[in-house]
Amino acid sequence: MLWLASPTLDSRVLGWSFFDGTSGAGPQPQADPPYGTGVEALVDGWRMLQMSPLIPPVPGHERETSFLKHEFVFERLVELD
Amino acid sequence: MSDAPLLTTDQMASFVARGFLRFDAVIPDDINQQALEELPRLFRTWLDEFRGVTGGAAPTDIDTNDEYQLPRSGTVLHRAYAPDSAFGRMVRVPTIAGAIASLVGADPVVDHHFVHIKVAGDLHAQGLHCDAIIDQGPAFDIQLFWFPHDVAPREGGTRMVPGSHLRRVNMDDVSRYQHLAGEQYFAGDAGTVLIFHQGLWHAGAPNHGTRDRVMGKLRLNPMQPQVRLWDTSDLDARNRADDHMFARMEPGLVASELRRSEPWFEPSNTRLETVQRSTLWRYLTGDPEFDVDWYLTRTERRAGLVAK
Repeated sequence: MLWLASPTLDSRVLGWSFFDGTSGAGPQPQADPPYGTGVEALVDGWRMLQMSPLIPPVPGHERETSFLKHEFVFERLVELD
Repeated sequence: MSDAPLLTTDQMASFVARGFLRFDAVIPDDINQQALEELPRLFRTWLDEFRGVTGGAAPTDIDTNDEYQLPRSGTVLHRAYAPDSAFGRMVRVPTIAGAIASLVGADPVVDHHFVHIKVAGDLHAQGLHCDAIIDQGPAFDIQLFWFPHDVAPREGGTRMVPGSHLRRVNMDDVSRYQHLAGEQYFAGDAGTVLIFHQGLWHAGAPNHGTRDRVMGKLRLNPMQPQVRLWDTSDLDARNRADDHMFARMEPGLVASELRRSEPWFEPSNTRLETVQRSTLWRYLTGDPEFDVDWYLTRTERRAGLVAK
């Protein structure tokens, strides 16, 4: 998962998480962050599953901050020996 | 505690912007050594209390050692701990007493304390969270994180996210964030105390070291408005409401600290964070017209026009 600076996929990575379905047998992230932008993850073979929808602020709460806004979910399938 | 040095305006502004203050090696070593004896016992006392109550025993059945009794929530701080106990001595160290008085007043009450022990070799990374629940309003609690022994990098020092304290989230709803730009893992000398705004995101970190990491955490509630409790001797000259990053901007004003961004902030949220901080600063100063970069002022003036 990547959290980006803006809704566009080529913006800067602010945060990331890695959930490893191979229990360590597959490739691991090599840098922090592993990619500089969301597009770099695409170039490296990750498929984007989901991005945060653009939801208008709740009236009366327009100025509150909460979760990181621009969340992108990727997956990659790898073959294991 | 009247000789306790109050916080400066710079320290208060930094607390409002980043959500924490750090006092390195501020607690003398003899108190730290006492803490290393007492804090694990306080933890075991809580464990007995918790197991007893959840196991069905009446509270009076619990074999409580008076020396390590847990304070009841709502006890005034200066009566909550014996003056010669580790916690009692720690909160009376002048720098800490002054910081407490500046943030939550001279007579806050104890919410609770907890002793966090991260055992050597425990590599579990706790999920990011803020304590308690989602809170409303500008008034805030503080939490003291006391590390009574040296903590080297990767040896279980608390993970923390500067600038996260004003985001409205509930408990561990932020636990999916494994890595955020600009986050910190505590490492430092024995006797270091961090003071957090209650909302600051944090987590227990893996301990790759060979010794257990002990940390005492103390949550305090204010019992008076948190207005101008610090050393405000330089405040008025630095508290201009008309400092604007696209107009006249002066270094040294409070505004210059409150518009500070953090590496993990989205640009659009950075401005909203500035508004949150300005609102908190209005509460702390009692100045309803304070502003940074005119965000509050222009909209309040427009709203006034509509009302007419």
